[in-house]
Parts: sequence; C-alpha cells; structure tokens
Amino acid sequence: MNASVSSSVTPIGAAVRRKEDHRFITGKGRYTDDLDRPGQTYAYFVRSPYAHARIRHIDPTAAKAMPGVVDVLTGADIAADGLGDLICGWMIHSKDGSPMKMGSHPALAKEKVRYVGDHVAVVIAETLNEAKDAALAVEVEYELLPAVADLATATDGEQIHDCAPRNTAFEWELGDKAATEAAFARAAKVTSIDIVNNRLAPNAIEPRAAIGEYDSGDEAFTLWTTSQNPHVARLVLSAFVGIAPENKLRVIAPDVGGGFGSKIFIYAEETVCAWASKKVGRPVKWTADRSEAFLSDAHGRDHITHAELAMDEAGHIIGFRIKTRANMGAYLSTFASSIPTYLYATLLSGQYAIPAIYCEVDAIYTTTAPVDAYRGAGRPEATFLLERIVEKAARERGEDPAEFRRRNFIKSFPHQTPVIMCYDAGDYVASLDKALEVADYKGFPARRAESERNGKLRGIGLSAYIEACGIAPSAAVGSLGAGVGLWESAEVRVNPTGNVEVLTGSHSHGQGHETTFAQLVSARLGIPIDQVSVVHGDTDKVQFGMGTYGSRSGAVGMSAIVKALDKVEAKAKKIAAHMLEASEGDIEFKDGRFTVAGTDRSLAFAEVALNAYVAHKFPTSEIEPGLKEGAFYDPTNFTFPAGCHICELEVDPETGVVEIKSFVAIDDFGEIINPMIVEGQVHGGIGQGIGQALMEGVTYDEDGQLVTGSYMDYTMPRAGDLPSFTVGMTQTRCPSNPLGIKGCGEAGAIGAPPAVINALTNALGTEDVPMPATPSRVWAIAQARASRLAAE
Amino acid sequence: MSEATTIVRVPVRLTVNGKSVSAEIDPRTLLVQFLRETLDLTGTHVGCDTSQCGACVVHLDGVAVKSCTVLAAQADGASVTTIEGLATGGKLHPMQEAFRENHGLQCGFCTPGMIMSAVDLVARFGPDLDEATIRENLDGNICRCTGYHNIVKSVAAGAAAMGSAEAPRAAE
Repeated sequence: MNASVSSSVTPIGAAVRRKEDHRFITGKGRYTDDLDRPGQTYAYFVRSPYAHARIRHIDPTAAKAMPGVVDVLTGADIAADGLGDLICGWMIHSKDGSPMKMGSHPALAKEKVRYVGDHVAVVIAETLNEAKDAALAVEVEYELLPAVADLATATDGEQIHDCAPRNTAFEWELGDKAATEAAFARAAKVTSIDIVNNRLAPNAIEPRAAIGEYDSGDEAFTLWTTSQNPHVARLVLSAFVGIAPENKLRVIAPDVGGGFGSKIFIYAEETVCAWASKKVGRPVKWTADRSEAFLSDAHGRDHITHAELAMDEAGHIIGFRIKTRANMGAYLSTFASSIPTYLYATLLSGQYAIPAIYCEVDAIYTTTAPVDAYRGAGRPEATFLLERIVEKAARERGEDPAEFRRRNFIKSFPHQTPVIMCYDAGDYVASLDKALEVADYKGFPARRAESERNGKLRGIGLSAYIEACGIAPSAAVGSLGAGVGLWESAEVRVNPTGNVEVLTGSHSHGQGHETTFAQLVSARLGIPIDQVSVVHGDTDKVQFGMGTYGSRSGAVGMSAIVKALDKVEAKAKKIAAHMLEASEGDIEFKDGRFTVAGTDRSLAFAEVALNAYVAHKFPTSEIEPGLKEGAFYDPTNFTFPAGCHICELEVDPETGVVEIKSFVAIDDFGEIINPMIVEGQVHGGIGQGIGQALMEGVTYDEDGQLVTGSYMDYTMPRAGDLPSFTVGMTQTRCPSNPLGIKGCGEAGAIGAPPAVINALTNALGTEDVPMPATPSRVWAIAQARASRLAAE
Repeated sequence: MSEATTIVRVPVRLTVNGKSVSAEIDPRTLLVQFLRETLDLTGTHVGCDTSQCGACVVHLDGVAVKSCTVLAAQADGASVTTIEGLATGGKLHPMQEAFRENHGLQCGFCTPGMIMSAVDLVARFGPDLDEATIRENLDGNICRCTGYHNIVKSVAAGAAAMGSAEAPRAAE
C-alpha cells in the first residue's frame, strides 16, 4: 500500500494535469449565471444614455404598472435606506499634502449621472424580458451638461464632482526631484518620448453576474457573485455600504470565468442585487450582457505621459523624469488610486540602475467608465514607457538596444531603487542572453533582408520587464495608503480517513489553484493529489482572504498553506510520537510516513490522522484531538518576477497588416510548482499584451458616447491574430517566501506591448507608432515612409 | 398580466443529446435560453450579445451553430448536441480529453463552445489539421485566458485522436 501511495504523490515541479478541468470540459462548471434560486426575480438596470447630466426627475410609475414588474428602485430608495457610497480603498495624498478628492459614488445615481452606462434605476421583474421591457418605460428627465471625454483637456472641462476642481482627484509625486534635476543638468544626452497608453476593456468572457438573496428568518443575506475576492466584497459591502453586518452577509464566488482585475471591484450592480433582495423579499438575479460589460466594467490603462531619460557620455542612464496624466473615469473605483501611483511609479526603474527618478502623476476625472486594475495594473504602463524610451535612447545613440540594456542592468542584489522598491533577487543578463539566443537575434539581419526581397518590412524589438508582485507586506502597503492588509489565510483540514481539505482565501478564476495548491499538499504530506480538495470562494467556509490579483496566489496564498502545513506536521509528529512510544524529537516525517529515526518503526500519514480524531493513544490534556490548522501569512517583501521578451514581426506596407513571426518570452518566476500552468499564464498574458499593442482600444467620442461597445467594434485577439509563442525560463529563487515563488500571472501582459511596438518601430523606421497599431494606422505610417524614402 | 395581452406560446419538439424533449415556449426564446433555462443544460454559455464570442456553440443536426442566434422554435424537429452530450458511455470525447491533456482551458467559460467548434472543424476539414487551418477556423470563438496557444495544440491533438478512433471503421 505504501508503494502505491508514494507512486501517485505529485512532486513540486511536475506538469500535473488540472483537477478542475473535468467539470469544465463536460459542461458541469457552476458559474453564477448557471445558478437559480427559488422565487428568483430578474434585475435590469436603467443606465444613463448621456455622459454628463443632472437628473431632474425620475418617474417609475408607468414602468411599475408593466406586466411582471415587481419593483422599480432608484437612488432615492438607496438614500432613504441610508446606504453608503461605493468607495475607493486606497488613500493617496497630493504633493501639497491634501487627501485625494473622492467624488460621491452611490450605487444608483442621485443628482447626477457621470458616464454613459451610469446606474439610474433598477427594474425588478418576474422575467428578464419583462424587466427589459419595463426599463424602457422608466421616465428620466435629464438636464444635459458638457461631456468631459478627452483626457488631455479634461482639467479645463465642466466640473464633474463638486469636491474636485479642475477634475483633479490628486496631483502626486514620487522620487527625488532635486537629484533628478541635477542629473539632467549634467547629462551628455537626453532622450524624450511622448506616450499614450491606450485604454482597454478587460473582457473576461464570463460577464459579471450576481444573485442577492435575503433570508428573513435569519435576517441574513447571501450574495453569489463573479468576484476575485469575495471576502473583500463582504467587507466593503458591510463596513462601507452598510448592506448588513459581516456576520449576516455571506458572499459566494463560485466558478468565475476569468477576471484579469475587473472582478476585484465592488460594483453598483452586485450591491443593488444584495440590497434589493430584502426590499422585494425575493432573490434578485442580474447578469451583464456584453454591451453592459463594455459600459460598466472598470477599464484599464489610459495614460498620457511625457518622459525624459538622461545619460552620461558612456551611455549610462543617470536620471529619469516622468509626467503622467492618468484617467480615473467618472468615479474612483475600489483600488483605482493605487494603480497609477504605487503600482506604476515604483516600477519605473525597471531592470536598470538609475540613480535618480522623479515622477509626477495627475489623476483626472472624465465622464467615462471608471478605470482600475487590469492585468498588470500600473506595471504595464511603467514597463511600456521605460522600454520604449530605453529602446529609443539606444537607437539615438546608434547602439544595439540589447547592449544598451545590458550596460545599464542592475547586477547586484539586493538593490534599492530610488522609487521605494528593494529588488531582492534576479539575473537580468541571464534572461537577456537566453532570449537573444532563442530568438536568434544574430540572424535577424538576414531575415530582414529576405523580407525586404518579398516587399515586406521586418522588425525586431526587445522588452526587459520587471514587476512587483505578491502585494505585499501589510505594514508597507498601509504606510502607502492601503485601507486593508495584504496577507493571505489558509486552513488545512485533515480528515480522520487521511484525506485533506485546503481552505484558501485566494480565489481561482482560471489559474488552476485546485491543482497547484493540491500538488503542494500532496508533495508535502505524501498523499495522492486526488485525496486533496481545495475549497475557496465562500465566506462561510473560508475564514478570511484577500483574494487573487497581482500574481499573489502562489507567493502569498501558497505560503499561507505552507505555514498551516508546518503546524499540521508538528502536531502530527507529537501524536505519532505517542503512538510509536518514542520521543517527539526522534520522529521524522518523509514520503508520507512518520518514522522513529534509525528504526523501521513507522506509521502512515492516514494512521496518524485517524488517531488524531479517535484520540485513543495520546493524552488529550496535553494534545488536543483533531488535525486541523490555520495560518495567516504576511509577505516580507514584494516579489520581483522579471524577464526578457523579444518580438519579431513583418509588416505588409500595402495593407498595413502586421504578422508576428516569432514571440520569445524568457521569464524568471523563481520556483515553479506546475510548469504547464505557469506557461499557460504566460501565453494568456502575451495574448492580451499583443492585443493592447495591435488591436484593442476603448474609444469614446467627444460627447462621451462609447464607440467600442461590442465585439463588433472592440477588436479582441482571435486565434488567427496570434502566433504560437516560445516560452522559456531562467531561475533565481525568491528569498522572501518559503516556496521561493515570484508569481507569473501578469508577466505576459507587461512584457509584450513594448516588445511588439519596439519591433514595429524598428520595422517602420519611426518612433511614432501609437497603440493599438491597427492595420489602417500602420498602413498610413508605411505609406508615409515610402513617400519619404522616395523623396530622399 | 393584463387581459389585453395575448400570451403566444409555440410548441417545440426536438432531440437534445439523444433525448426527446418538448415544451410550449415564448416564440422569442433563443435556443441557448431553451437549453440553459428550460432544460438546465448550463454547459452552453453566453459571453456576448453579437454572435461573436462562440461560447454558445452547439451542434444542430450535426453542424456547429451559435445557439444565441437560433430561435428555439427554429430547432423544432432537429437534433441538438451540447457539451453535456459529447461524452458517451461515461467516456470523454477525444476532443475533451485533448483539451485537458494539453491545458487548452483556464477559466473554462469559453471551453464548451471551443470544444464544440473544434469537433465541427474536424468534421469539415478531417483529422489532419495544420496550425493555420485551426487558427483561421477558430475565428468564431474568443478566449481571453490562453492566448490560444494551447487551444491550437488541443484541437490538433483532439483531431488526430478522432482520426485514429475512426480509422478502423473507415477501413471496413
């Protein structure tokens, strides 16, 4: 029996196939919209058709008389019930010391609407069709105000929030201004760049959904919702919005179909479903259609930046100064203020030893959907800026961009940057060298010549990215303004028959935790992986958790599991010692067996588990029965995944079509539990990064109408748009957590956009290629290039 | 409901995953709504409202369709196969197996439609599929998680497995 058990133990580092897949490939996944509750009603939201308007009057009378309508609720009802606003949980202070200007954000608008899609009223009916029909009958009288849709001119536009003159939420700075000015004063060369980081819609394929249910017997709510962090949702809905005390509010996030940041936030719709379920005395269900998702899911990116890089004669970077205007949209979403600040400017040193950095960020309201974290969240914006300006600087110096990077790399660790972060480990030369080799960088000129013979323009581009993951020591983020601690919790419950449930505060919405976490436990306890179940996403089952984002589930979530496993092992050893009549110090635990050192006397893990519960063979006055341990793990530092991506592409100057010929990603994620899952994360990130570079862009017209409101208008990468990727690894262990993990969830989305645009600017011979570089834009640039060359 | 409103219901009778089903439905009911809400076959998903994402793909008389763009009434008399009906006799379909083996899914939401489209692709182009054919013909299915890399691998492997499963019969 022992042999069969140990043979099916799954070691760390094995590409174990995913446990969760069986239900997904057989159609048995349970997503929020798949659930129905007895007596359920359907919600449909009346949304503002205008970007900016005062609400003069709402008359729901006609709608209430429509067939099947249960109720119509408005902002007046929210106010009458004393509900609090939706909040932004990260306080940023401006340069002058003043706190950020957080505009009021009720779940249903009261006096004003501030973007197209803003929530005006909710119709609750017996069927969805009846709710939709009645929504058309809700009479709303608007007094139109000028839209403020353009970020570049928004500070001169109509004021959106009374509390925020010049539509400015904050004017923030980071770094040493004087030292940076001094560096520029002695610079031998300065390279400058103007960047627009295009606005993106996250587009998890499962639209957001919620079911609120109120149990009048227990006076308690349950909210099923598409959340990446159900405990945080419960905390905010309880402590700030005031739906119910935490102990009377259960939040369940069942199978969730992708998040990419967009399902971190506490939105109006989910809030209203919970609240309204008590008002109407029946469960209330809402599922976004894709058009609603485009209108009201928080968007990502959307920066305008001017930056300058100072170098000495020998080509060492000596200073970097940055001025960024960040679009916050109409309201400050849940973590919005942290994205263009502490998740952006702290990464502006990249992989380079830059002695002086100064960054200013103005956070600006516009009459557009709120902007918050989207895969990478601030770090893609920082990386795109830095990797574009570094590439440009190298080209202006007439130097190979790879060698310019190599010269400026940080080469010893730990390394304290001038923008807060202290990098603990890395080897940037190793990932560069490996990427250059795998991409056959040396062979590029020949391939370019071949393309030229075929009438095509070929380009190659690098990006050497770093990100800060894990997010992060609680005290550190607290000192920077976070309203929460950012640890993770876990509980390991060993059952009497020796199988195990792991309860985690991390949440899986595609990342494969049910496999990776079980793999960790299997390897540690020496039991088969199918004897380990992972429980997540339910506030009634898991004590607490901070959820999944920022590539934190491995580095932080699994570290909490390791801590709990340490406790389980320690207690099991005590019990085994009594069972084996040996001293505790002589008990060794290996391959699922407790052995008295130097003897053949041993017990299987399951035997000790059973004895922990029957409690026949140890003194319960000294050792409590049972084998179940919990732990909270607070990281001691951010983690710093890094790598080098190289994109090679070909442009057809006659059509503007860009074909990616190869994409190489060499990443250092520290220790890896399951390489198959890690590579999958990289693939997905690269797909989204190429999407940002070549295809995707949210567009509002000057009246603040969303132009890209469906998959007919917003270009999602499809299979035919992308190549297969070449993914490889280098490895330096992360010293700050017990598993040595750095995290892999966002790397692709961070590294890819600058690699693609550096390749494209290389192909087209101009630095001025905006994202998304659509065929029409590329065609125009290629034609201008042809005219220029003809004139020369 | 007011007395003036006439409730129109139409009868439908169809075969879903080999079982005969019949119901009286609102004529505007989409096939995907009928599958999900009336039959509780929630494996077929809805990811958009413009027939673009393909999460709702099922087979209608053996041909892949986006069930968000077919009225249930149009399927009257037809045979429908959904993701729930793909595995037979407790054994996974080779395409399902290939998606698991090649990590062709992450969040799983697009997966049922992706697998149904992949099976249809093999029916149209045969089991020996090159990467370009797979990529070009998956353009009706959007995935946000995988970057398609492992989906393409899965489809190629699934197609080959379907080919070898059929080979003995073809030889007869």
